[in-house]
Order: sequence, then structure tokens, then C-alpha cells
Amino acid sequence: MSNEINLPIYMDYASTTPVDPRVAKKISDHLTLDGNFGNPASRSHKFGWKAEEAVEEARSHVANLVNCDPREIVWTSGATEADNLAIKGIANFYQMNGKHIITSKIEHKAVLDPCRQLERDGFEVTYLEPNEGGLITPEAVLNAIREDTILISIMHINNELGTINDLGGIGKIARENGIFFHVDAAQSTGKIAIDLSSLPVDLMSFSAHKTYGPKGIGALFVRRKPRVRIEAQIHGGGHERGMRSGTLPTHQIVGMGEAFRIAKEEMDNDKIKIQSLHDKFYDSISKIEEIYVNGDTDNKVNNILNISFAYVEGESLIMALKDIAVSSGSACTSASLEPSYVLRALGRKDELASSSIRFSFGRFTTEEDVDYTLTLINHAVDRLRELSPLWEMYLDGIDLDTVDWQTH
Amino acid sequence: MAYSKKVVDKFENTINEPAKYNVGRFDPKEMNVGTGMVGAPACGDVMKLQIKCESKGNTHIIKDVKFKTYGCGSAIASSSELVEMLIGKTLEEAKEIKNIDIVEALELPPIKIHCSVLAEDSIKQAIEDYEQKQ
Repeated sequence: MSNEINLPIYMDYASTTPVDPRVAKKISDHLTLDGNFGNPASRSHKFGWKAEEAVEEARSHVANLVNCDPREIVWTSGATEADNLAIKGIANFYQMNGKHIITSKIEHKAVLDPCRQLERDGFEVTYLEPNEGGLITPEAVLNAIREDTILISIMHINNELGTINDLGGIGKIARENGIFFHVDAAQSTGKIAIDLSSLPVDLMSFSAHKTYGPKGIGALFVRRKPRVRIEAQIHGGGHERGMRSGTLPTHQIVGMGEAFRIAKEEMDNDKIKIQSLHDKFYDSISKIEEIYVNGDTDNKVNNILNISFAYVEGESLIMALKDIAVSSGSACTSASLEPSYVLRALGRKDELASSSIRFSFGRFTTEEDVDYTLTLINHAVDRLRELSPLWEMYLDGIDLDTVDWQTH
Repeated sequence: MAYSKKVVDKFENTINEPAKYNVGRFDPKEMNVGTGMVGAPACGDVMKLQIKCESKGNTHIIKDVKFKTYGCGSAIASSSELVEMLIGKTLEEAKEIKNIDIVEALELPPIKIHCSVLAEDSIKQAIEDYEQKQ
């Protein structure tokens, strides 16, 4: 094997990305005495003015990537806080209009958990089932609408599958019914173009660290026309036009701004590169017998590939692939023993859900990384299948569904 | 999941040298072979254990063992550990092996104790199958 390969190989870009060196430079310019360290809220001296200028420039970069007005961008500590602010913010502000919310079973926990919390506060939530390709269809949303529905929250790109929901279709239905539409777009930036000037979306959550920016910073888009109002969830100082108080972390904000500026500039190149890595990976891995790609391949991004390896258990596969950093299901849930709730929602059998691995590539993935990963996967799957009584039964032509298993 | 070095080593050795670590199968119809299969795919682990015995005096000795396991790293390590404990034992001695022996040998984390229970069940079932044939 090549000496140039650094092990382990990082194949988990959907969980987080390394900070781009250009972003790191920008961040370090905004920390120390000789840099732009001031408090952007300080009105009485140049340190504050300069910091505010940097924050506003970053805000423009974020707005520019998704084609909205910079005044529609509210800084948060990340996509989780943005999701919380959007969902609880709308629910609290508009509860007199109704107490019903529509979301889906395949949302990130940052959407599901605020919805659960609102249920405890007296709201009713409908959790839509995805179709077998992992998509939430506009029809499914339409059928769930009630007179008292005030909010629809559906993600753009699913973090486990890479599937892309039809925001235009869902948003149109939301508009026609006078319901606010929130979108978790943590996985989207830099992967596919987003045009908020034409998309019928009222609120959209963003994260910096999925797009080569730092952790701990994100943003919520809150539409001005037609105007969307939200109740603040964090109080103290009235920053961000009262929607999110707290001293702005200039270094993180400029990091996110730079990351999104680069994303806009390099998205086309990144996409070409990712497409070629994806094709190389997929062409080879699809030659392995009895594997299943999870998620509708006609409606997904190329940087995420979620694959079930039948007759091999997922955790043992990850252990056998110790030189590759991947995750089984969402990184947030892989500490538990449950198969992925997203794959289960697709109707995958438990054993296929628990044999799934998410591979995700990014800007710094090389062809050599992909080649080496493929070699290791082929080896690990062969060995674990040799060890698998289920594989033996499959080769013997036994239908596993007819076996009288002793569940425990 | 933070496994002990023992689990990791056992798992890696087993998948890298399957023949040396008794991965394989005997013909289950042979009279001197006992087969046990426990667990379920939906629960995430299935262990299949086969013993090949020889009668000696008024008892039977386990001469050889083969196994296959579908499951997490510690399920695979647990069956592999059990297999090593079995070879050369009489059936009476084999029945004395308890899951706690495997837990201690591999330093299994509490959340993975069920893997050792499954391993204990697999040997019980294999012995039962063998004894029924005699």
C-alpha cells in the first residue's frame, strides 16, 4: 500500500468537516490583541466598529451563498440552536393560531427533540413517514395539514441517506395553506445551490462545521417578506434584533463567513470532484454481492452513500474497518445499540438497518483514499461473511424469514 | 464503544486467521457432531456452535469445535473465546462453563454481557443436540 496514505482515512464528512486552512487563518486573525478581537456590540470605539464590520461582512457571505438579504440571517451557536429557535420560536409566537406541527420521522434529533418538548407543552405533532426511498413527498405533507397547523419542518438533505426533499413542492403547499415552513439545511451548503429568493421557505437552519467552517456557529434564516416573527429563546442584551441575545463570537462568525464564501466560489469544482470520487467508489462497491444502497439514488447528493451489507452486522464491520472513519447511522445515536431510526423508518428490516454504513466524502478526500477504503471494505466483508452463519444459510439457499429464530 | 484490548485482539485474530480460530462447519448430520444455534438476525446476533466428540470410558470428550457468528465485535470475540475453552473438555466439564467465565476472560463491558449469555446458550444447545443423537 502507498506510504502516502494517512491512517485512519476520514470518510465521515457528513458528521463534520475539517476547517479549511483559509478559514483557520481568518479565525486566527480575530482573536488576539494584534487582531480584530473587539466586541461587535461596542459602539464607542474603533475595536467594536471593526469587529462589527467583520461580522456584517460574514453575514453577507452567508446570505450570498443562499441568495437572501443579510438582514434575514441570525447567528446561532449551530444548526441545533437554529432548529430550536425556529420551531419553538414559531410555536411560541403563533400558538394563538393553532397548536399543530408537521415534521417527519427522519429529521435530525435537533428537530425531533424540540417537537417532543412542544408536545409536552400541549402542542400536537404529526411525524410523517418517508417513502421507501427516504423522501418526504409534498402529498404526504398535504394530507397531514389540519386547520390548526402552524408549522411544517422538513429537512433539505437527510444526514444519513443524502436524500434531497422537494422544498419547492412542500413550500408551495405550505404557502397555499398559510403555514410557516422551516427547513434544516445543515447538510446542504456547498453541496447544492439554494436560492431563497425563489424558494417558498420561511426559516432555514445552517451549520458552519459541515461546510469546512468551525464548530459552535450556525445561523437561522428568518424571512422578512412576507414577514416571519419568532419568539426569542435566549434573552439578555437584545442582540440579533432581539431574536438571539449573547455577545457575537467574532472569530467563529468570520470563520463561517469565510467558509461559506469559499463554498460559493468552489461549489462547482467541489461537485465535479465529489462526483468522480462517488462514481469510482460506487462502481466498485456495487460489485459486492448482496449490498443495498439506502435512499432514492435519483434524488440524493453524491457526497453521502449509505450502504447495507447483508449478512454482516454493522458494528463488527466498523470494527473490522478500523482504519476508516465512518459511521453507522447518525453519529449522535451510534453509541446506543438501536439500529438507525432513519433506516427503520424506510421499512428496512432490523438486520439490514443494523448492517448499514454511511460513507461521506469531501473536499480533502483523495482518489487514493477511495482506493484504499475499497480494498479494506472488500477484505472486511469477505472475512465477516466467512464468519457469518447467515451468509452460510444464504449460500445454502435457505430463506432466513422461514427460520424459527430464538429471539432474546 | 470502548472495548478492552482483549476483545479487540480476539476479534481481529479471529477474522484475520479464521482457520486457526476454528471458524467453519461440520456436517450437522454426522452422529458425533452436536449443533447449537442461538439468537436472531433481528436482535443483531446469531451464534452457531458445533462440537465433534469422541466417547472415552463412560463420558464424551470434545475433540474439535467449529463456529460461525453474526454479531457485534464482542459477540464474535465471545464465541471465539468459548471455543478455546471447550476443546479437550468432557461434556460434563463443558456444561460447567458459565457466561461469567467469558465476561472475565474478555473483560466485557456491562452493556455487552448478553453476548456471553448467548455463547453459554450455544454450548448448552450443542451438547443437548449431541446427547440426543447418542
